[in-house]
This record gives sequence, C-alpha cells and structure tokens, in this order.
Amino acid sequence: MGDLLLLAQDSSGFFPIFLQTLVKGLALGSIYAIMGIGFVIVFKGTQVLNFASGGMAMAGALFMSIMINDGGLPFMPWSNPLAPAAGTDPSIPRWLINLFFALIFAAIMGMILERVAIRPMVGQPLFSMAVITLGLETAIGPFNRDATSQAARTLGVPWKLEQWKLFDAGIPKSYVAAMIAAAVCFGAVNFFFRSRFGVAMRAVAFDQEAAQAQGINVGRVFSIAWGLGAALVTVAAIFYGMGPFPPQGTVSQEIHPILAFRVLPVIILGGLDSIPGALYGGLMIASAEVFAGQYLSQWTKILGAGYSTIVPYLVMLIVLLVRPYGLFGTEEIRRV
Amino acid sequence: MLEISNLEVVYNEVALVLRGLSIEVPDGSVVALLGSNGAGKTTTARAVTGLLDNHEGKATKGSIMWNGQDITHLKPSGIVRAGISQVMEGRRCFGELTVDENLATGAFTNRANAKKNYDRVMELFPRLLERNKQLAGYMSGGEQQMLAIGRAMMAEPKLMILDEPSLGLAPLLVQQVRDVIKLINSEGTSILLIEQNAMMALSIADYGYVMENGKIVMDGSGEKLLADDDVKEFYLGLHGDDTGERKSFRDVKHYKRRKKWAS
Repeated sequence: MGDLLLLAQDSSGFFPIFLQTLVKGLALGSIYAIMGIGFVIVFKGTQVLNFASGGMAMAGALFMSIMINDGGLPFMPWSNPLAPAAGTDPSIPRWLINLFFALIFAAIMGMILERVAIRPMVGQPLFSMAVITLGLETAIGPFNRDATSQAARTLGVPWKLEQWKLFDAGIPKSYVAAMIAAAVCFGAVNFFFRSRFGVAMRAVAFDQEAAQAQGINVGRVFSIAWGLGAALVTVAAIFYGMGPFPPQGTVSQEIHPILAFRVLPVIILGGLDSIPGALYGGLMIASAEVFAGQYLSQWTKILGAGYSTIVPYLVMLIVLLVRPYGLFGTEEIRRV
Repeated sequence: MLEISNLEVVYNEVALVLRGLSIEVPDGSVVALLGSNGAGKTTTARAVTGLLDNHEGKATKGSIMWNGQDITHLKPSGIVRAGISQVMEGRRCFGELTVDENLATGAFTNRANAKKNYDRVMELFPRLLERNKQLAGYMSGGEQQMLAIGRAMMAEPKLMILDEPSLGLAPLLVQQVRDVIKLINSEGTSILLIEQNAMMALSIADYGYVMENGKIVMDGSGEKLLADDDVKEFYLGLHGDDTGERKSFRDVKHYKRRKKWAS
C-alpha cells in the first residue's frame, strides 16, 4: 500500500507536531466517515453489505478525472462544456460544478448496478446478496484499471498542496476541504433521513412488508439507497485523491484497497446501521491510525514500516470480540 | 366495491391456503370475516393488498376486482394508490420512527392531503398528538393500534382492511377500537374487518363471512350470524340452549357436535 503516512517532521516542537497530527487524523477520519456513511446508507436501506463500495468509489473518482482532464464525458460522445481549458487548472467553482456532475454520474451508476445485480436478488438470503456485491467489486475492477491504464490520473484539485500556517504547523487546504466535505455529507444525509424518501427508507429498513403496505415502493427506495451510497463513496474517493494524502492529488489503483477495505473497521466500530456511528467510527479509526504512525514511529524497527495501516484492523478485531454490533449499532442487528 | 371471486392462493407452490374464496365488500359497508387460526383470513388480506410475494405466495386462480379494475396482480403501492389500505395484524408500527414519521409513511402515496389527514388523525386520537415526537416502539399496544389505524387513514383509503385490530388489547380498548372503526365507516370508508373476536366484529358488521380451511362456509347479515347456533358455539363460546348460566366444562363436549357446514 506504499507509504500511507507522511510523518510530520518538518515542524519542530511538540505542539505543532501534535496539531498537525490531529488535523491529519481528522482529515483522514473525514474521508473514512464519508466512505462509512455511503456504506451504512446502503445497509440501512437494503440490508445489503456493500462490498462493491471500493470499486464504485474508484469508478466515481475516475468519472471526475475524465471530466476534468479529458474535456469529455466518460463513455459518451459529447464533450464537457464545463471542463477547464486544456493545460490549466479549474477555478474552485468550476471544479465544484464538475464534482457535482461526477456525483450524479456515480449515483446513476449505483442505481444501474442495483437494478441489474441486486433487485433480482430481493428476497434471497442476505449472504447471497453480500456475495453478489463482492462479484460486482471484481467486475468493476477491470473497467477501472482500463480507464486508468494502470496509471495515476490527476483530479485537477484547484488548491493543490497549498497550506495554511497555524502555530508553526502546516494545515493543508485539502485536509480542511475533506472535513468540510464530511460535515456537508453528514448534514445532507441527516436532512435526507427526515425527508419523505428518507423516512420511507428507514421504514423499509425496519419492516419491509409493513412499508409496502403503506404504499412505499421498495424498489425505488433500494435504488435511491444505492444511488446515494455510490455518490457518497465517490466523494470520499475524490477527496482522498487530493494531496497531501498519500496518492498526492491523483486517483490510481493504489488507493483502491484503502477505499475497499478501510471502511470495514470504520463501520464495525461505529455500528453497521448507524450514520453517526460511521462518522465517529471514521474519526476514531483514522486518529488511531495517524497517531500510532506519528508517535510510535521510534519503534518502527521492531514493528516494521507501515505498521500503522494495521492499527484499524486491530481495532476492528477488538471491537468484534467485545462489542460486535459496534458503538452505535443496534444490538440485534441481523447477522450476515 | 371489492369483489373477490373464486380466489385460490398457494404458498411455496405447494400449500393451498385459499380454495376458491369469494367475498364482496360493498361501498360504505362494514364486512366481517371470521375464522379460526389457519383459516386463511390473513392470507386473504395479503392477497387483496398485494403482499403475497413477501411470503412466497401466489394467487393461482380467481380474481380480485376493485371498482371494476382487476387488482389481483397489482403491486402493493398500486393497490394503496387505488384506495385500499391495510392495518396489518400485530400493528407493525415502525418502532424506530416517531409517531409523526409513522404517519408520514402512511401519507407516502397521498402527499396532497397529508396536512388535512394528519389533523383528522390527531383529532381522532388525541393521544397520538401528545406523543407525536416519541418513538413508536415505546408506546403501549393500544396506542400502537391507534397509530396503525391512523397511519392507514393517512392514505385516505376508500376501503380499509383491518386484520385483527383487537389482538392483545384489553376489553375496554377493544370497545374503543370498535367505535373508531364505526366512525371511520360513517365517513364513507368501507371496512373489511378480519377478526377472531366475533362478538366485537359482528356487533358492527353489516354482513359477515365465516371462513374455514380457505373457504367461506357461511355468510349472512351481522344479526343473522350472531343468532346462529354454530357461530355462537364455535366463535362466541355460547351454546344453543344457553340461557346465560354457567356450565360445567363436562357438558360442553365439543367433539360430539358437528358443525353443520362440515361435510
């Protein structure tokens, strides 16, 4: 997985390093949280563990990259009128508009995948559905690899590696952007859950048949859950593809395993069916990872380099032993 | 008017549960459907509201007509839109949603009149208004039954199917539920009342059906069924020659009597 953590060494003194580590933890946690929320929303809406979220996130980020760099829309003949002029970086509003359309593409992709692969399985054992999503993950992979030609692609982030200075600590703008994105996603999802379709989704999650008896179209709820889930994991992938996160402002195969697997400790810690759980789980897991990387680095000789990447999984293991439904999850959650 | 004719329902492709059931619910009436456990009452409700799919069930023969439209194979949402709502057995409130949100799910197909219907439900059940922000799961059985009925009312149905609304309720609450059903009916909603509590059901029913083994074995007006010896004995626990005094259990001897409809 390469060097996931750039250790804060350039600043001196305890406090700047601590601040920098904290901000990095929160930023990475924001990414994990968005990823987790995307996972949880699919689980809440459809009771399916969506193992395809990593592949969907990659595909969504690639949409973004294609729109920004190639001046065209993926797999479509017409060009993207909103793309920045060749060779220049987009302005922030333009980048956000492109982001918005990338998310719409991702949502449509999620809905199509749901319609094609999940809907025919409704009523089948949840385990079969989970395996179907694993199949989807494998099936999306080659498309993603072909699209990138295995190479890293830039996302045209307008603020690049710029930093703010705070008490001698460097606060990268990307980190702040990730936190804002997480706050917006969390707020939007909470708002959604109070809306008509959000209430319907919670009703379907609680009792599918009773929801049907109220005239709720369960198929449409499934479709919305997958659309939202795909859009959210795409946000996570795009904001993770910004420097100074390890891939340095690009989306490449290198980040796929993180998107695919790091979400598991997050949602297991937070609870499979809890949106606040995904938020706190994301922040906690990432903080554990980042702080372990920063402050236990003097023992790298014993632990080996990159050991901080296993910290989330250690946490997951402990949570599974002690509190298998997570911190915020429902206790009697269905086993898969 | 709801017309079920010769309906056959099969579960899992093998278990024949309804064997040629025929029922009519005329507009504006209260029709009671009685029967013991396993007679197929709930299956009838599922068949009408399109929920058979959830239980691997299928309507193999016969038809369900609603105001001249064949709804036998319609999706549940289409049936609710067409004006048939069901209050399911066991209440089935969404426990993790608040009272208001539960009512909002009921208004899913009928957003235009949601405000008006909401006020109507709250007027009918002031108890729900008191607790409108509370989670439905924490309410008592009686309150949940009110909520389930209120939720069905949010869709402004022309026919409401109530599946065992008296299940697990204290006698006083059963009276209350009965009054509510009467009131809803008086406002022009037809009622198909599925009950084990025959006394309660027949006391408000214009017409009643007795079901056994997936078939109608007897039907008639509410009074006629209430006066019938067999209904009295098997559904009300009274006896033909009963003058009201208590009887020794020894004299009952169910097994010696054959229901007159048993072949």
